[in-house]
Amino acid sequence: MTTWRQRLIPYILGLPSTFWLTVFFAVPMISVLSVSLMTGNPEQGYSLTWHFGTFWDGLKTYNTQFIRSFEYGAISTVAALVIGYPIAYFIAFRGGRHKSTLLFIILLPFLVSYVIRMLAWNFLLADQGAILGTLKNIGILPQSARVLSTPLAVITGLTYDAIPYMVLPVYVALEKIDRRVIRAAGDLYASPSKAFMRIVLPLSSAGIFAGFLLVFVTNVGDYVAATILGGPGTTMIGNVIETSYLEDLNYPTAAALSSILMIVLLVVIFLYARTFGTEAVEEAVA
Amino acid sequence: MTDPAPAGAHRRVRERHGPSHYILPVWTGLVILWTIIPIIVMIVYSFNKSPNQRETFHWYGFTTYWYRHVFQIPDLTNALVHSIEVACASTLIATLIGVPMAMALARHRFRGRTLVDATVFVDIAAPSVVVGASLLALFLTLNIDRGLVTIIIAHVAFNVAFVIIVVRARIVGLDRSIERAAADLGAGPWTTFQKVLFPLILPGILAGAMLCFAMSIDDFIITEFVAGQTLTFPLWVYGSVKVGIPPQVFVMGTMIFVFGVALALINVYVARRAAKAETSATRLAAAAAAAGA
Repeated sequence: MTTWRQRLIPYILGLPSTFWLTVFFAVPMISVLSVSLMTGNPEQGYSLTWHFGTFWDGLKTYNTQFIRSFEYGAISTVAALVIGYPIAYFIAFRGGRHKSTLLFIILLPFLVSYVIRMLAWNFLLADQGAILGTLKNIGILPQSARVLSTPLAVITGLTYDAIPYMVLPVYVALEKIDRRVIRAAGDLYASPSKAFMRIVLPLSSAGIFAGFLLVFVTNVGDYVAATILGGPGTTMIGNVIETSYLEDLNYPTAAALSSILMIVLLVVIFLYARTFGTEAVEEAVA
Repeated sequence: MTDPAPAGAHRRVRERHGPSHYILPVWTGLVILWTIIPIIVMIVYSFNKSPNQRETFHWYGFTTYWYRHVFQIPDLTNALVHSIEVACASTLIATLIGVPMAMALARHRFRGRTLVDATVFVDIAAPSVVVGASLLALFLTLNIDRGLVTIIIAHVAFNVAFVIIVVRARIVGLDRSIERAAADLGAGPWTTFQKVLFPLILPGILAGAMLCFAMSIDDFIITEFVAGQTLTFPLWVYGSVKVGIPPQVFVMGTMIFVFGVALALINVYVARRAAKAETSATRLAAAAAAAGA
């Protein structure tokens, strides 16, 4: 076999995926920008007029939903870290031979449709449902108390969905820490808490940031939790994009809002990749 | 400190653990409970004797009626069939095109590698609503009718990145000398792939394919944008939230869950057997290398 034929091998191997990712992932990002610059109406159709005004109108009209999405995204991300880190720590350092079983249980929610999981939370958090109904009957909560259609319900749903995405990368990072380093800290008279703060936590930061990225980006763009668990006051930007695209058929506005979200989150993703590299996220997936 | 402690000493150390020792396991237990509560709700309510074919949070008593009449609602059954069709087709296509790319990334140098890497990473990290909205823009611009085909196209677009990453990790983790030994013994690239590399990465490919299937059958957001009038299982459920969910939804959800758990367990079993095969292959390769030297 000649060398030029050998050199050709990777290109041939990569061709089909490259084609698919270009046509159905990269090019659409440009189409959405072009649709956002169109004007027209659902009846007569839209045409490209380079109308940048849609962007400003969209930002002005829906800035509440934008801010709310980033707020909910940030809160649920931090909550998922606070809840998930100790679990990842426990599995990595004290899981013993149950490690894979514990990880498997953490991943179980992936085997149930996301919409159904949110529905289950709707049942659980209902005004007279299993949780609130019981607490009201005991008298801990007043009869008027409600969680459904409040921000708390939406953030609960978002946090719940985020746990596996947070535990997995943190676990992978913790698992890689050389145990001798921690023992050395102990030998040098570091208290367990100090050893944790100065050794374990910094060494697991790659996993923390990978989890942050995955959860934050997913949750900012989510609208299922807001639809099923929220109310009129918890609409997120995803809801607006969904409604204007699929119900109002207002393509330019939907495309403009989606473009703004895309640009902001792409900046987040690129900054992440520049700073931390892509390994931590990819290892968590693999 | 470095001496291995005798068993008795170890036990004594353990007894001295204060209450703080139990915080972590208790916390883990609580969160695991929190994690599986919605799953339990789904399974329990699939047996709920709810009237009017509509599920509410009230418990009316145990019945297996919904299991016996699981396919009673034609639209819902159709949606489930669509979901399975989409999951099978997109998994197959994503695996077929993703595995070669994973091989190229793991074992070859070529122009555009970094760009491919970056695209795959963005594909995994990108928010679904943006991916869906962008694909819809493409289909609208090109005037492509939306339906099963566009759903499958979209699912392949996000699944292929997962196949690439999972399979590449598997190939990178393999000992290169196994392939070299095969080549030294006169095997061509195709034979090496077929007889040596493929059996070794098969568990990785299966794991990637299962991940695809699970992601595809669960996907809601991207699907909603590119589905047109076609409904998949999650879309049907989402659409009926406002009018009320028939109990069959929970029955189907439970069926998918049980199927998924079974598949995952089979995968673990296959991976363990493959790990054994790999050790013996590595030993063989080492022996061959030694014999060559």
